[in-house]
Amino acid sequence: MNNQQQAELVRQSLKRRYRKERRFRLYGILAIAIALAALVTLFADIIGKGYTGFIKTTITLEVPLDPQTMYLEDATDKDAFNMADFKAPLLTALHNVLPETGKGDNRDLGHLLSSYAANKVRDTLEADLSLLGTTQTMSFLVSDDVSVYVKHADDPNYSIQLSEKQQRWVDRLQERGIIQNSFNDVFFENGDSRDPGHAGVLGAIVGSLLTMVVTLLLSFPIGVAAAIYLEEFAPQNRLTDFIEVNINNLAAVPSIIFGLLGLAVFINLFGLPRSVPLVGGLVLTLMTLPTIIISSRAAIKSVPPSIREAAEGIGASRMQVVLHHVLPLALPGMLTGSIIGMAQALGETAPLLLIGMVAFIVDVPSGFVDSATVLPVQIFLWAGSPELAFIERASAAIMVLLTFLIAMNALAIWLRRRLERRW
Amino acid sequence: MQPGNLFPLVVVLIAIAFALGYARSRAIATPLGGIRHLKSLPFYYAARASLWCGLPALIIFALWLGFEDKVIQTMVIGSLPADLQPDSPGRASLVLSQISNVASGALSPKFVPEPIAGAAERLMALRAESKMMMTLLVICVAVLGAFVAWLRIAPHINAREKVESTLRKIFFMCAGLAILTTVGIIFSVIFETIHFFNKVSFVEFFFGTSWSPQTAIRADQVGSSGAFGMIPLFVGTLLISGIAMLVAVPVGLMSAIYLSEYASRRMRGIVKPLLELLAGVPTVVYGFFAALTVAPFIADAASWLGIDASTESALAAGLVMGIMIIPFVSSLSDDVINAVPQTMRDGSLALGATQAETMTKVIFPAALPGIMGGILLAVSRAIGETMIVVMAAGLAANLTINPLEAVTTVTVQIVTLLTGDQEFDSAKTLSAFALGMMLFIVTLALNVLALHVVRKYREQYE
Repeated sequence: MNNQQQAELVRQSLKRRYRKERRFRLYGILAIAIALAALVTLFADIIGKGYTGFIKTTITLEVPLDPQTMYLEDATDKDAFNMADFKAPLLTALHNVLPETGKGDNRDLGHLLSSYAANKVRDTLEADLSLLGTTQTMSFLVSDDVSVYVKHADDPNYSIQLSEKQQRWVDRLQERGIIQNSFNDVFFENGDSRDPGHAGVLGAIVGSLLTMVVTLLLSFPIGVAAAIYLEEFAPQNRLTDFIEVNINNLAAVPSIIFGLLGLAVFINLFGLPRSVPLVGGLVLTLMTLPTIIISSRAAIKSVPPSIREAAEGIGASRMQVVLHHVLPLALPGMLTGSIIGMAQALGETAPLLLIGMVAFIVDVPSGFVDSATVLPVQIFLWAGSPELAFIERASAAIMVLLTFLIAMNALAIWLRRRLERRW
Repeated sequence: MQPGNLFPLVVVLIAIAFALGYARSRAIATPLGGIRHLKSLPFYYAARASLWCGLPALIIFALWLGFEDKVIQTMVIGSLPADLQPDSPGRASLVLSQISNVASGALSPKFVPEPIAGAAERLMALRAESKMMMTLLVICVAVLGAFVAWLRIAPHINAREKVESTLRKIFFMCAGLAILTTVGIIFSVIFETIHFFNKVSFVEFFFGTSWSPQTAIRADQVGSSGAFGMIPLFVGTLLISGIAMLVAVPVGLMSAIYLSEYASRRMRGIVKPLLELLAGVPTVVYGFFAALTVAPFIADAASWLGIDASTESALAAGLVMGIMIIPFVSSLSDDVINAVPQTMRDGSLALGATQAETMTKVIFPAALPGIMGGILLAVSRAIGETMIVVMAAGLAANLTINPLEAVTTVTVQIVTLLTGDQEFDSAKTLSAFALGMMLFIVTLALNVLALHVVRKYREQYE
């Protein structure tokens, strides 16, 4: 084999090797593209499904509060008031805006309004009896079927439940601006409800908040104290090793196991009530502690020894060195780690299912031992509902949850940039 | 007094103890000629008084709250006449809930036997008494503690050392909580698991191929004898985790390689946070995505191809779980690849190897143990993942490895068995704890192995 042939061989193998190189590089780009495509699909899907959750459809009517149509002769009589027909004035109002409808259409007309509309008339009257006999302009949520028709008429995933006749009415009312879409404030003012139009996330947000308060109050001090002990005071012995092994393992134990722990220890052994933020917070504390301890230890480690030596040199005790000098310098790093741990806890669902936070709760919780649910569990509950209107609510709630999470992570990044010192 | 009010009161007492301690130490120091004649700064005397005031009181407070209910319940049950004494734990909880319903006014006393109504009254009385006693005891202990510490303020006492050693003990206990948690986990599953194996044999649980935990409530019921073979659950879990790893390992690994070896600084700066964003998405969101978007899509696609696919297919859950684990694999691999010394890279490139050859023939083999460790951690995570499978996988335990069919997993069964109505002490409820025990052992073994491998690997290049 002469030099010429050798050079030719090398050239050919080089071509092959470069092809391989390009292919390898392509695999890398492909992998990143797949990951990013998944991310984009996920967000697009949720936003696409859920943005309509932030829209409510209302109907504005001139309601004649005529005692005659309501069969309400003596409004001061409690029993008579309770027996009155509060739906009648609504039907009259609908007849007024849709003159072509007759008495025979009452059933179909009633379907246009949410089932809570009559209650609203009743509550208005109960609050102020002098309105009786006047005509009031009032807004009501429309029924689910109308809402679906108005928002999703062209979407093949949704089936329209309205009859042709009802659709014509709704079209006309929409043209005249009587049925309108607006920002869904109800979603942020209500707890859960069986009626998707009235279901909101406020109860879940408050529940999450209460749970997070318990988690933060417990896990931050305990986590920091544990980190200080392990970094600064722990002797080199088997017990310390054992503690460290435990912490590392707990960080990787599936979250549902913590739910079993909560069920067996906090509820069955200590007799704490089910489905309350206090127990949820305790369980999430145990779950986030390893994260907080690990990040706090890293923060303590990053404080240079010169600071310690200087403090010790002027006669500070070991505890004074730690509490007066190391801790303040490590605090930003600890806070960052804790916020990330809290964000994890905020998104956690599985252990809370086991301690009973899956109940259907309408009221906004008012304390740590009130029955409550949390945002991720609320999403889980709505996502499991067969009604598409609840699926829409679930995606909207996901957006609310993601907003909180992104805000927390942004805060952590900001804190790190702003406060963390490089030595 | 309500516990919610008692706690702030104790905090106020602690503050008062601090102020009094501070004042007294100064008062003692002044005739001696200033605080330099004290062994410690006044702050430490005051802190000591606070500790004496707060610590014992809060410990009593916590213990009381923890065991109050249990003690009262036992007392109430014990006071019932013999013919109403419950004979099983299940009966006991029934009687208790009846009593507490009467006590809270949810159930009218007219509808229950007379002794139950009496017990309800007794329950109310005991509760009030217990609150009263707790309040008195906690306040007395707090005041007494503060007083003793206040009396013991003296110039020759080194309060700083005492405060510091107490603090150190508290810190130690916080660290020890990790051990306590592990012990708690083991204890919370082990008793129920033992109970379970008293009812169901080992052989059936580990080798049985049929899982249907519905046990008959009445003896004459049809078709609900209950079968507790965990093989289908195990296979289902492995199937879904396997699909997840098939997605996550290649994608995660290749993106880590590309980011650490090829990507420009700017690209890394953009792509890495985006991948981390994927890691920050809560699992319930992935579950939503899997159940409502991916699963129907797969079912439609399959029926378009003429194949039968379940709407709860293992494929959907597995794919989405894989997406969830991508950032986990990529960030662990990234760390490991970066830990390989630059000299190895330079040596290979200097011999004329292309970057791809350097990667596959030099760096990858060197990083392999670390990457394996990372993958093991990812597997343990996939096995323990709950929400995605609860929302997207099925409930029926099919023994199949067809990814288009519905399978169920260990975590799904734990959740379904323990949410909703529970029959106390039935094999059905207990089996959830046995499954939890299995899950804990398997993930623990994987974690220990993975951490061991990773640590070994790190030592190699340090």
